[in-house]
Amino acid sequence: MDMMIEVQDLTKYYGRTLAISRLNFEVAAGEIVGFLGPNGAGKTTTLKILSGFLSPSSGIARINGKDCVTQSLEVRHSLGYLPETVPLYTDLTVNQFLRFAAQSKGVEAKAENGELSRVRAACGLEQVQNTLIAALSKGFRQRVGLAQALLNNPPVLILDEPTIGLDPSQIVEIRQLIKELAGAHTVILSSHILPEVSQLCQRVIIINKGQIVAGDTPENLSRQLGHGSRVRLAVRGPEGEVAAALQAIPQVQEVAGQGDGKFLVSAANDQDARPQLARLVVERGWDLLELKAQEFTLEEVFLNLVTEEESTPEEAAEEES
Amino acid sequence: MKNTGSFTAVLRKELVVYFTTPIFYITGFFFLVLGGYFFYSNTLYYSLVSFQAAQNIQMAQYLNPLQMVFRPLFATLGVVLLLLVPLLTMRLLAEEKKSGTAELLFTYPLTDWSIILGKFLAALLVYAIFMAFTLAYPLAFTILARLDWASLASCYLGLMLLGGACLSLGLFASSLTENQIIAAVTAFALLLLFWIIGWQQEIGAAGWGSVFAALSMMDHYDPFIRGVIDTRDLVYYFSFIYFFLFLTKMQLESRRWRA
Repeated sequence: MDMMIEVQDLTKYYGRTLAISRLNFEVAAGEIVGFLGPNGAGKTTTLKILSGFLSPSSGIARINGKDCVTQSLEVRHSLGYLPETVPLYTDLTVNQFLRFAAQSKGVEAKAENGELSRVRAACGLEQVQNTLIAALSKGFRQRVGLAQALLNNPPVLILDEPTIGLDPSQIVEIRQLIKELAGAHTVILSSHILPEVSQLCQRVIIINKGQIVAGDTPENLSRQLGHGSRVRLAVRGPEGEVAAALQAIPQVQEVAGQGDGKFLVSAANDQDARPQLARLVVERGWDLLELKAQEFTLEEVFLNLVTEEESTPEEAAEEES
Repeated sequence: MKNTGSFTAVLRKELVVYFTTPIFYITGFFFLVLGGYFFYSNTLYYSLVSFQAAQNIQMAQYLNPLQMVFRPLFATLGVVLLLLVPLLTMRLLAEEKKSGTAELLFTYPLTDWSIILGKFLAALLVYAIFMAFTLAYPLAFTILARLDWASLASCYLGLMLLGGACLSLGLFASSLTENQIIAAVTAFALLLLFWIIGWQQEIGAAGWGSVFAALSMMDHYDPFIRGVIDTRDLVYYFSFIYFFLFLTKMQLESRRWRA
């Protein structure tokens, strides 16, 4: 498959501050990729470099085979970009602004009106087309931002936090719109909202402190990075004895009692410990009330990855004290 | 390759912004109030002298409305420009940076030259509209007297070139900062410098005097209002405009390689 976006060893310093460090990733044509990370992780910096607004300190970013720095103009032809803060010309009306954006993107004069009505319909902007942008609500501004990105039907869309600041029903609409764009467009979007990314994206790249910490499909991430599978278990029986017995099963790595006879059992290396657990409980004559495999949610994976580095020194400090 | 967005997109957008925001109307209003006042007082003086000339035939041959009304008027309008132009240009690039719209503008497939030319021509067009309104003065004057329109055309050519030079410098000042006030103050200070730099010559700075005079905006404007169109002055203004547009381009480009 053709790689629409290629990033190699991308590094950016702001003065002496390292914003992103040697990022490497690729996005295939037609893919929707989510860029996930806490605030200040370097998501926006990466997207700004891809959009040609910033230059990297070192490394290469290519879109559609064109270098984002040396062939900026060609790259910008194939881009729709929604910046994080959704900057808009507030002195213009929605139509005036979209017309300017269309002309700037080189939409031909004949096609201009058709193109404008297409993006207005796609983003639900018909009622506000003659309203001054200054008078629009946050939700509508976000849609205007998205509409300008869609103008001229660019093959690559870079959306920085596309649903931030919208109300729940608007979020659903915009997500639906982005889903519809997949296939015909390559979409790279950033977010710190996990359910959004797991719903929308075929692939997730998790970035923290300027480095990629993981990149895979949401399902694979949950599986691989959960460090094995977990089982939720509820047993009626003497709790201490049960816990000890569970721990004795070879596949079981960790048993966490949650009170009321409930346990969270982690198995090592992706092994399924459910048969052994069920057999044990029945053999001992205890009552098995609940037995359920539990997958790691993307949230847990994310927190694991993002907090791993930070928590290590703290734990060390705790141990010392 | 697909069409590149042309400078006309930027030009049209800037014009819409000029005409929907108050700055155009306010600066235009005060410019015309000031211009009207100077025209009125010059005309009043001219009519006084005319009455005197009616008694003294010898004096009458020196009476020339262009000499007595319009040359002083255009010389004064040149000074008013120093105050006016920074107000027209301060917004052009500074606001894009301040409001973040630069991020859109610079990620559209527009070349830096399209952006600069679009903005510069929009400001020049707005400026030309102000100048067009000042045509009311000579038109009013023709009701009473005959005018040498060819000399007047030279005055207007000078005014347009002077305006273009001031606007290109103002645009450059606006590219330096994201604060509109700083952009205006910088433009004003630089314009004033280029205006008064020729005074060195009169003070008699040896050797350098002629260099400063060659750089002076005023010294190159003066021939136009005397009705003389000299290629040296044309070259001066066109180079001046190109130089500052070029500096603006360098300034925009630097954003790409500056860390």
